[in-house]
Amino acid sequence: MSTVETVETRVEGRARDGVIGTSPVRPDGIAKVQGSFAFSSDLSAEGCLWGATLRSPHPYARIVRIDAGPAWRISGVEAVITADDVPGRLTYGLISQDQPVFASGHVRYVGEPVAAVAADHPETCRRALAAIVVEYEVLDPLLDPEVAVAGTRDPIHPDGNVLRHQRIICGDVDATGPIVVEGTYEIGMQDQAFLGLEAALAIPDPGGGGVELHIATQWLHEDRKQIAACLGLPETHVRLVLGGVGGAFGAREDISLQVHTCLLALRLSRPVRMQYSRAESFLGHVHRHPATVWMRHHATDDGVIVKVEARYVFDGGAYASTSSAVLLNAITHTQGPYRCPNAVVDGWAVRTNHLPCGAMRGFGVVQACFAHESQLDRLAEASGLDPVEVRLRNAIHTGDVLITGQVLESVAPVARCIRETAELPLPDEPIGGHDRDVMRLPGGAGRTADTGHIRRGIGWGVAMKNLMYSEGFDDYSTARCRLADGRATIKFATAEVGQGFVTIAAQIARTILGVDDVAIDVIDTAIGSAGSTSASRQTWMSGGAVDAACRAARERLFEHVGSVHGVDPLRLAIDGIDVVDTFPESGGPALRVPVAEASAGIDIDETVEYRHRPTEDLDENGQGNCHVAFAFVAHRAVVDVDPDLGLIKVIQVATAQDVGRALNPLSVLGQIEGGIAQGLGLAVMEEIIQIDGRIRNASFTDYLLPTMLDMPPVVATLVEEPDPQAPLGAKGVGEPPCISVTPAIVAAIRDALRQVDGVGKPLTRVPVRPADIAL
Amino acid sequence: MPVVVPLTLREAIAALAEHPDAMVLAGGTDALVEINEGHRAIASGASSPFVVAVDRVAELRSWTIDPASRTITIGAGVTYDELMDDPLATLLPALAEASRTVGSPQIRIAGTLGGNLATCSPAGDALPVLSALDAVIQLTGPSGDRTMAVHDFMVGVKRTALAAGELITSVTLPLLDGWQGYSKVGVRNAMVIATASACLAVDAPARSVRLALGSVGPTIIRATEAESFAAEAVDWDHTAMSDDDVRRFGELAGAASRPIDDHRSTAVYRRHAIGVMAARLVRRAVPGGGS
Amino acid sequence: MNEQYTLHVNGVDRAVTDAWLGENLLYVLRERLGLLAAKGACEQGECGSCSVLVDDRLVCSCLVLAASAVGRRIVTVEGLAERGAPSDVQQAFVDTGAVQCGFCTPGLIVAAHALLDRSPDPSDLEIREELSGNVCRCTGYGRIIEAVQRVAVARRETPQEPS
Repeated sequence: MSTVETVETRVEGRARDGVIGTSPVRPDGIAKVQGSFAFSSDLSAEGCLWGATLRSPHPYARIVRIDAGPAWRISGVEAVITADDVPGRLTYGLISQDQPVFASGHVRYVGEPVAAVAADHPETCRRALAAIVVEYEVLDPLLDPEVAVAGTRDPIHPDGNVLRHQRIICGDVDATGPIVVEGTYEIGMQDQAFLGLEAALAIPDPGGGGVELHIATQWLHEDRKQIAACLGLPETHVRLVLGGVGGAFGAREDISLQVHTCLLALRLSRPVRMQYSRAESFLGHVHRHPATVWMRHHATDDGVIVKVEARYVFDGGAYASTSSAVLLNAITHTQGPYRCPNAVVDGWAVRTNHLPCGAMRGFGVVQACFAHESQLDRLAEASGLDPVEVRLRNAIHTGDVLITGQVLESVAPVARCIRETAELPLPDEPIGGHDRDVMRLPGGAGRTADTGHIRRGIGWGVAMKNLMYSEGFDDYSTARCRLADGRATIKFATAEVGQGFVTIAAQIARTILGVDDVAIDVIDTAIGSAGSTSASRQTWMSGGAVDAACRAARERLFEHVGSVHGVDPLRLAIDGIDVVDTFPESGGPALRVPVAEASAGIDIDETVEYRHRPTEDLDENGQGNCHVAFAFVAHRAVVDVDPDLGLIKVIQVATAQDVGRALNPLSVLGQIEGGIAQGLGLAVMEEIIQIDGRIRNASFTDYLLPTMLDMPPVVATLVEEPDPQAPLGAKGVGEPPCISVTPAIVAAIRDALRQVDGVGKPLTRVPVRPADIAL
Repeated sequence: MPVVVPLTLREAIAALAEHPDAMVLAGGTDALVEINEGHRAIASGASSPFVVAVDRVAELRSWTIDPASRTITIGAGVTYDELMDDPLATLLPALAEASRTVGSPQIRIAGTLGGNLATCSPAGDALPVLSALDAVIQLTGPSGDRTMAVHDFMVGVKRTALAAGELITSVTLPLLDGWQGYSKVGVRNAMVIATASACLAVDAPARSVRLALGSVGPTIIRATEAESFAAEAVDWDHTAMSDDDVRRFGELAGAASRPIDDHRSTAVYRRHAIGVMAARLVRRAVPGGGS
Repeated sequence: MNEQYTLHVNGVDRAVTDAWLGENLLYVLRERLGLLAAKGACEQGECGSCSVLVDDRLVCSCLVLAASAVGRRIVTVEGLAERGAPSDVQQAFVDTGAVQCGFCTPGLIVAAHALLDRSPDPSDLEIREELSGNVCRCTGYGRIIEAVQRVAVARRETPQEPS
């Protein structure tokens, strides 16, 4: 593909600041450090009211009666709305529309919206919610996903209790080998825990025929589609503007407060803002699926995988969200980044009366990876290999056939990732550090341990992660490039959630167009969809769209320059900040015009949609070219463990990641370090705990995120083998960092425990709790 | 003005005498959480004060040593970050260690010793230290001053003997001659609520060991059997204790705990953790005699 | 909703009117005084996003009853540096890649200023402990630590008045 070649040429010439391959600072960086960047929670409007949501206290109940009268009588309350006030479709959802805007009939999880109010002050809202009377008939909740699988109880939703059942049958189902290892693994429910809580500002059009919603989301157009349907408005009458997004990680892919805010604003013909509290946020967005994964690997005496068998049960919670796609991702990544000729996989995603689950960074692959990497360590032990050797021996390569029958076409530097990780230096400090500071030990300021109590373990994890959307989804992104007077203005609807797409969009424009002055237009629905900021897809997809739009604009520029100077436009190219003639006539002066000069007085305007190659559904045996592309990563974790108390401290994580091409190395490093922190959280502390269908730790006091004292130094190396399928050679880098670091940390803990008694503990569940280690 | 900000103890007492139901606000690190979550109703619109903010009362922010009785009296408004720093840290090392485990730097700057007592959470980090040191609490209120042993003050989970309109003014602690330390298990290496905690303090001249346990009962528990055992088991002349006795001490400490299962941990783990921490603490206090 | 009081914020007396007694300082700064830099993300003092200085001490503004802060010197990110010109800490955060979504950033900037003013040459471990009350969900902290170290080095090489 010429794209990669062209880009290479630019950067090798003279690497201007701010082009692809350099690390310019974020365009929104200064505003963010000064606090002037407007997050969605910072937005207000003249005459704005506050909105708030009344939620179900029961995991499963029938609504007998709602009496909003007492709330209406509170001074300052302007509106109380329920399901009766939804003018359009009563339900929404990303894949199937099974989730009510407001519950009517039944509530199916603790926290399900039942009503909303608008009032003059958050405290008035709180009092109004407390005043609404809802009478429930409490029903017996479905809390065991295996019961949903078994089909032995009545459906808790008209769509049934099974969200998806999919199997994969590949090769010889009877194949076996002399080594067989198996285990059952559990993954707890993780929360995305973005810091910028859900927030929106809805401004109704005069006359009430439409609404403008300022919203922190991952996908403006999908939001608009769902909102408009529920409001009973044409999509053209619903405009979405991206409010500053304080992180996302999958939790903003589904509708939360969007419809409620718009409904209140339209009802009152006044602007309304809603913001969730942290406690409400835990109820108000989907989470990572808790899962149980059984796996059995058959291998030769040499530790070469012959067959994998697996069974997955994903608890999808009360509503479908993206459960079916998450399950697909999990089961199709059963083999991990390893060759596997034969497979029998059975996967279930089911409905329960737990919190709804959907997208979170890693999207199903996290669950599969914890299982297959734990299995690879068992295989290593059974075959007498070390963890590195067993992985190298089975590493998948470009051209191998996956268990879905799909040929792995992506560049697949798995062995290189493993080897380069292994070459990274181990920590040079002994347990407890040279300075013997208590903060270096597990337990930290709690002074629970002395150096002699601690064992140090090393563990490995390697992952494969699909990029972009799968299973035939028409996945595209739109970008517009305007070029005039030496300035490029780039517009897209790509949700900037912190990942830095606004930075690389400008880098792409500078590189392709030879301009230094690049403006990023408002991110809103005044242009076609960019698709979601998820699935590690925006660098590839929206990067591809920006690249294509800039190339289209560049063609127009070349045509203009060609006509002015009487040169065939096909001979023109960008060199640095100039348009040059690549085939100057001998003897004559070579044409070289600065882009700023060449674009003076003209107005080029190009909009392009970029699509990746089509994919297809899996058949009933799980065969099909369902994925677009893959990225790979290796992690090595060093963890100090207090075996008696079960406390741990991660000392270092080393990683080599297949990034294709690092468009902005500093941004890539930021994704790697940030992803590792989230994977560390899942490994040792992060879990939403529900007892009897009720969340017990809906706060940052009890849902623990890694702090600066929990996060170790990261030693990272980027494996750059540009992928010819990627428009810029660059693979998405967002998800891989958080996937295999979790099993690497758990493996390191197992390694440390093995040193105590030669056996250790299986640790088949994440997060690993102190009791799992100590008891 | 519904928030009264007294600058002297006399003013604070007067404000509370006039409005015994007023909320006393010290560092705010517990009280504001309740207000923010709507758990503590706070009315507005009336003319009388509802909040007495005592964070600027000079008398509450100071501490004094009484050399004669070898005691120190710390104002209820002294903050954790002050307890962590010298000279207080050298005088009361276990209290300094406990303070360093409280919340975050921001919390330690605001949170106070008196606030920890008034909240009386079983997980309050300063409380095992106050318990192990047999602290005496000074209170003042409408019916005058009174003093109370810390164990009489702590009545139950977030329940104290504080009467309406009464204010904690200070805490008196002995300056013991002997090793003392605090230990706390939490799932994170910073900003974490105690899953289980313990404070061990040695009174060497008295040849006694005190051990107080946090987060394993409705209030702080003194492991009296373990204490008696240690008093006998320690070779005081050589600061030595056998490994078997250390282990036994841990077992007795674990047995003294009365933990529950909750979303933070299990009773079994908590009891186990108390045993491990107690054994390690006593070994730090009595380094000799081990293998 | 009839509380009236005055807060001294970023060097200026600001009148607060018609407030509810239960409002915390974060709410008043943001909703009544229009100072939006400090962010709310947990309402419990467990994330540090709302960090401000009160009488030069680093606190979570969500845990300060606003009406009790009368007479205190309150400094927010908006008051840390000359308008328009970022402080050395702010510039270092941008340059090192310490900013992603940016929601935790204002709180971290205040905390980092407080740390460096108190301890000009902090060790890696000291930085980690002193900033452990500021949770960041995007960066994994590596670049944040680098930003603080970079400022410490720069201030050593070019001594200046603490901000």
